[in-house]
Amino acid sequence: MSNLIIMPVLLPFITGIILLFFHRCLLVQRVLSAVSAIALLILSIYILAVVRAEGILTLAIGDFPAPFGIILVADLFAAIMMVVASLISLVALFFAFGMMDQGREKHFFYALWQIQIMGIAGAFLTGDLFNLFVFFEILLIASYILLVLGGEAGQLREAFKYTIINLMSGMMFLVAVAVIYSVTGTLNMADMAVKVAEAPQKGLLTTAALVLLAVFGLKGALFPMYFWLPRSYFEAPSPVATLFGGVLTKVGVYASIRVFTLIFNYDVSYTHTIILVLSGFTMFLGVLGALSQMDFKRLLAYHIISQVGYMVMGLGLFTPLALAGSIFHIAHNMIVKSCLFLVSGLTETITGTTSLKKMGGLMKTHPLVAWMFFIAGISMAGVPPLSGFFSKFALIKAGLLEGQYFIVLVALVVSFMTMFSMIKIFRYAYWGSVSKENPPVPGNGYLKLVPPVLTLVVLTVVIGLSAHWFFQLTLEASEQLMNPAAYIKAVL
Amino acid sequence: MELVISITIGILFAVSVYLLLSRSLLRVILGTAMISHAVHLMLLSSGLLKRGAPPFLIKGAQMSYVDPLPQALILTAIVISFGVTAFLLVLAYRAYQELGSDDLNELRGVEDE
Repeated sequence: MSNLIIMPVLLPFITGIILLFFHRCLLVQRVLSAVSAIALLILSIYILAVVRAEGILTLAIGDFPAPFGIILVADLFAAIMMVVASLISLVALFFAFGMMDQGREKHFFYALWQIQIMGIAGAFLTGDLFNLFVFFEILLIASYILLVLGGEAGQLREAFKYTIINLMSGMMFLVAVAVIYSVTGTLNMADMAVKVAEAPQKGLLTTAALVLLAVFGLKGALFPMYFWLPRSYFEAPSPVATLFGGVLTKVGVYASIRVFTLIFNYDVSYTHTIILVLSGFTMFLGVLGALSQMDFKRLLAYHIISQVGYMVMGLGLFTPLALAGSIFHIAHNMIVKSCLFLVSGLTETITGTTSLKKMGGLMKTHPLVAWMFFIAGISMAGVPPLSGFFSKFALIKAGLLEGQYFIVLVALVVSFMTMFSMIKIFRYAYWGSVSKENPPVPGNGYLKLVPPVLTLVVLTVVIGLSAHWFFQLTLEASEQLMNPAAYIKAVL
Repeated sequence: MELVISITIGILFAVSVYLLLSRSLLRVILGTAMISHAVHLMLLSSGLLKRGAPPFLIKGAQMSYVDPLPQALILTAIVISFGVTAFLLVLAYRAYQELGSDDLNELRGVEDE
């Protein structure tokens, strides 16, 4: 029992409610949301430290005991995700201070941001399947409105499709919940893990598991279900696209890792092979989509898909090393992907466009921006000694140890193509001569947007250079995931 | 009883999928409303259907009772789908105002793909 772990849910919730009352007063909004985001980051780091020292923390809400009430659980994986998510939220928020227009800011932008963070925190910390659905819906409703805020034609068009698709996935989630509940009679994930292991007939459960995979795959943009992502993320303003691309899609990945390590681990050769195949397709088709794009933001949006493939690849291989690589890759990718999205926002502020053909020569006029992009870009492609290298190294080593040579080949080829597409952006936007028909906006207005981006660039270098320590942490987290008995014991 | 409910759920799913695949925004929204009903019925039947028993367990008394959990789940799900449907209606209306069309074929967007 520890009241500590409900705080990451309560803090943004309360801040969001307070912010609703001050929607006309910009200063109050900014100060309050900044304070709340900083507090959340400190709180998450503290929770991570406590979890690492004392083991898994649980909290039975309303003091209803375990299989009956709603349980919040913080294990290492959840705590790591909380830390990175709150970091991205903080950084993107400071970027939003410099970039968002007043019209959006005065229409509950910051309040919605907090509600979204609340949903994300809840999804990470809950130990109850239905509660996971509820938190998913909370973060989705906030994301619908964040996406449509501003009311431009393109936003309205894409937000409609985004809403319908996510509503459908919510309904499928409920179908899976109904099936699992009718077989096991419980919604608590730890209790479910026990009941599922004991169930004599597992056919229906496997069906439900695959429905869940479809649901989380839709949210996390897995192979057959990623078509909605590039378009809708393209329409969102940069800070929002950062939060969506950096954190929101990873909630889907997180949920699938949680469910497929804790509950549905009885038929690994069937379910996890499907996951592995999907991950290969996701990586490859995502990066192909990225290569064909001539737009900065859309290219990055396709890269989200391709990188999700790597995260799920670790789950598909299902060894401690592979899962550690997955967790490392999620954390690394949240940082680097957000960084790239922020750089695209920065470049958009400077050039007034996201089309690569209309840019050029920023290396001469804005060398700092170009270098920040360069470091983040090669980190994502996986060049040592940056963080992207170590996550891919672990995944590929795990793949070789398992004898899955084909997926290793795909991962390596995709890495190469990622590098290629990063070079493509670099060549069009930063090298060459300065575009004459679309000259960069003069002045130093962009400088206030630099510190948040620089923070993330420094972080990817730091994680890369001290990879040993971070990898140790993710390895502990993955061992906890591979040994669900500890989780079950902590909850029940 | 379960059989009747199952058939109803199946019909509701079929109808809603048909509506979701149509081109008009309004029909798509109606489809989401229908599919939420189908799912709620499915949740209801997941706790087994019984008649004439309250969802209480009285100490010592040997009596049947109804599983109260699916009802609580449905209540939550109804609230959520109600909220999202309301949002969707407003969104569709605004999209129609802004884009001048409610035909999804004309709302494809990006030309260069």
